[in-house]
Amino acid sequence: MIGGPQGSGLNVSAEILAKALSRSGYYVFGQIEYHSNIKGKHSAYKLRISGEHVSSHLDAVHLLSSLDEETLIGDLYHEFPAHRGHVHEIAAGGALLYDVEQKKFIELIDRKDIFLWEMPYAELLDRALTEAGKPGQARAYRIMTNTLALGASVGALGFDFEPVALAIRDSFGAKAGKVADLNVNAARYAYDYAKERFAGQLKFGLPAAPPKREQILVKGSQAVGMAKIKAGCGLQTYYPISPATDESVYLEGYQSDHNLVVLQTEDEVSAIDAAVMGAHGGVRASTSTSGPGFALMPEGLGFAAITEAPGPVLVLYQRGGPSTGLPTRQEQGDLLFALNAGQGDIPRIVMASGDIEECFYDTFDAFNYADRYQVPVILLVDKHMASCYQTLPPFKTSHLKIDRGLVKPANTNGDYQRYAFSKEGVSPRSVPGQAGGIFWSTSDEHDPRGHITEGIGNRLAMMEKRMGKVALAAREIPDGKKYIYLGPAAPQKIPVLAICWGSTKGAVHDALHHADPHHAKYAMLHIRLMSPFPAEAVKNILSRAERVVCFDGNYSGQLARLIRTETGVSVHHSVVKYDGRPFSEDEIMVALGAAKAGAPERLAISEGRVIEPGHGNVEFDKMLELRETNPKMLAPMVPLPPGYNR
Amino acid sequence: MSTVPTDVKTVQPADFKSDVHNDWCPGCGDFGVISAVQMALAKLQVPPHRVAVISGIGCAGKSAHYMNAYSFHTLHGRVMPSVTAMKLANHDLTVIGVGGDGDAYGIGGGHFVAGGRRNLNITYVVMNNDVYALTKGQASPTIAKGQKTKSMSEASIMDAINPILLALACGYTFVARGYALDTKYLSEIIAQAIEHRGSALVDVLQTCPTYNDLHTKGFYAGQIEGQPRLYRLDQTGYDPIVHNPDDPVEIAQKKAQALLKSQEPGGRIPLGVYYKLDVPTYEDHLKAKIPGLQEKPLAELDLYHRDITPNLQELM
Repeated sequence: MIGGPQGSGLNVSAEILAKALSRSGYYVFGQIEYHSNIKGKHSAYKLRISGEHVSSHLDAVHLLSSLDEETLIGDLYHEFPAHRGHVHEIAAGGALLYDVEQKKFIELIDRKDIFLWEMPYAELLDRALTEAGKPGQARAYRIMTNTLALGASVGALGFDFEPVALAIRDSFGAKAGKVADLNVNAARYAYDYAKERFAGQLKFGLPAAPPKREQILVKGSQAVGMAKIKAGCGLQTYYPISPATDESVYLEGYQSDHNLVVLQTEDEVSAIDAAVMGAHGGVRASTSTSGPGFALMPEGLGFAAITEAPGPVLVLYQRGGPSTGLPTRQEQGDLLFALNAGQGDIPRIVMASGDIEECFYDTFDAFNYADRYQVPVILLVDKHMASCYQTLPPFKTSHLKIDRGLVKPANTNGDYQRYAFSKEGVSPRSVPGQAGGIFWSTSDEHDPRGHITEGIGNRLAMMEKRMGKVALAAREIPDGKKYIYLGPAAPQKIPVLAICWGSTKGAVHDALHHADPHHAKYAMLHIRLMSPFPAEAVKNILSRAERVVCFDGNYSGQLARLIRTETGVSVHHSVVKYDGRPFSEDEIMVALGAAKAGAPERLAISEGRVIEPGHGNVEFDKMLELRETNPKMLAPMVPLPPGYNR
Repeated sequence: MSTVPTDVKTVQPADFKSDVHNDWCPGCGDFGVISAVQMALAKLQVPPHRVAVISGIGCAGKSAHYMNAYSFHTLHGRVMPSVTAMKLANHDLTVIGVGGDGDAYGIGGGHFVAGGRRNLNITYVVMNNDVYALTKGQASPTIAKGQKTKSMSEASIMDAINPILLALACGYTFVARGYALDTKYLSEIIAQAIEHRGSALVDVLQTCPTYNDLHTKGFYAGQIEGQPRLYRLDQTGYDPIVHNPDDPVEIAQKKAQALLKSQEPGGRIPLGVYYKLDVPTYEDHLKAKIPGLQEKPLAELDLYHRDITPNLQELM
């Protein structure tokens, strides 16, 4: 982990290291926590480095690189402190790399079980600057401390410097030259210093690098953006909002390369309406937003539905709510909102991606569903998915087929009806501009030509037509795209069934894989399609499970509630997390350990443990007490459940 | 704007009439506006299938059903987002937005602002009758302080929006005003608006015979100090055109001139083009950066065989 103030370049450093490791064959998973702030507030970036594929982070930190004292002791000086730093997260046998300038805070740390490694960053930076003909300017170049911290981490880990040097140069792109040289040199001084003194001491060194292979290092927002390009999206609309904006900014960078129009609108109302009309206009259209933006979109969602637009695809990056909530923090709080937003019965498809690979393929499929069923398609992702960083094999695209659905035949002689009744509910669509294809479309209830009518028979038929398309989708979408089940085959019993959705899949998958690789004891049911919900299949799996534990990154257990609504079955334990942070791998096992006969139906998790109501106040009071007494508060982290070994 | 294929028969106003029963009140000013739109399109010889009409909600919103064109009766206030996207999807279509005053200047106010500064080559015709008629005559944003129609329970205590002034501030590059019951002149103004390359607003003064007993046919036909209340700017030597679009001083002067005309002391109301500026449109800027758009509209491009190998390589 690297911690420091926002704007200090720690993201860049972490991502340079991730890239160097990825190119050397390692599997990497990166998780970032940051404030809704531009400069100064605390940010922390975790990199998990592995010899095998990983899709989640751990609570335990093995090497902490600190860029400031807040990383060490938190913000206890603040009237309402937010955290107590990260030293207590370091596992026994781990190490802390810190700048000599932070020395006075180090004296407060009461950890005999970790290495405390001091780095003279300013002095090392001055050496690099002197070499570059800029002696005595270390203060002016202080921003480069993150590069030195990067070098120090790499040296302490005993990893080669060359891949890191290359990745540093790449990060400067076209600017590479004297500035890149200076950064590489500075990193090298820190690398040499740390390697000589600290390498080989850590109990957890780097695993042996797996054989090199082609892999990408990708964020969820990039995977969604790339899939939109591949799917032929012509119009992307958006209004800036964390954490959805990254995807639109990514797409903006490819407008020229791929003939793509990205429209920044005046608000999210406009963003969805423009996407709906873009779809009617003949292009594949999409928009991306987060909860507060989606709150402005139900009107447009209904409009898309009643006018049977082929889309849009709406990617909803959930974040902590309600209202503005936690703009840059994790929550899976919009599941039921996405399913129910809008007045009346709105036919819609709601998908939820579980990992970055699913983000790519789901986004691609979403456009096909939009065209094939002429309904709005919502793809649920979240802040964690958007910003986490993972090594993956490059996405395969040769098997991907574009399906633009039913279009009006060329030879309709003036008798074309845009909303003609049909057995399956889908009517061939026409694209404005072509002769013989004129149609009318309205947000009012309408007849097959698209003109307003309030007649009873027509109303019944139109409702059944629109809603029937969702039933059609339920019949056509393959099971593997509705849910993923890993566990004993029917009719065998399932001892423990862990149900998850969205980005929680990574933590659940990794936890079960490490605890029970063959899923004999712990089975996983990951739900990918929320509307139409695979009720029968889920019910069948639930009927074989002796203990069902459902993981939800929200307060009220929204997936557990949805399962009850759709199947009539209540899960035994609803595990919820609403602290604004994603589930870690450790927390999954903690929860599964806690979920046994007699345990409460609702289990709340935070910071690696099951919490009781009022836990937050207790934690807060503890911090205040620490401030009052002394800041030697850095007790070792919560131990893992017995027998659980990574 | 699209060119007319030579093999297409001459386009008549009647070609733009749909066969749907029109349920506007007898004597409604909306009839004049839709006729003017149809006459303007016929004048410009745009075939119906090359036209997209996008309307909002309310009486004016029903216009889409009465037009024979690709017609979208959308949501209250959302004409401009829809117009924007239709034009982006197919920049060769003639895209016309139609809505009421509450739709454009009230609930759609934010979109109206953005539509001006975007300067897409579109036309927005606003039927301005000072009331929300379909909900039985509540005050709209264009009713002035102290005014009370028979449908209002009390006089307005808010000032009215000045649509001309608002449009100038937002960046519309063609700002005009017409009168619904002078259909012929209105059709000329609308034709000019369609021909204008850029975002064009035509605010149409309009009677609501059912709910607005203040701004009636008689009111608009009335006189002020021996002069007709309504008069044509083009008959007074008024020049709305910015002749040198690179000259910020001339732009400011022409805007200031329009500003003064939009609030003439005494209550006379000029009709015609208040302001016209020819500068590159949003589509022009898009075409400059997106090469495909120089060849074809977005909806006609093959976007379905894209190679994302370079995108993947960037992440290696």
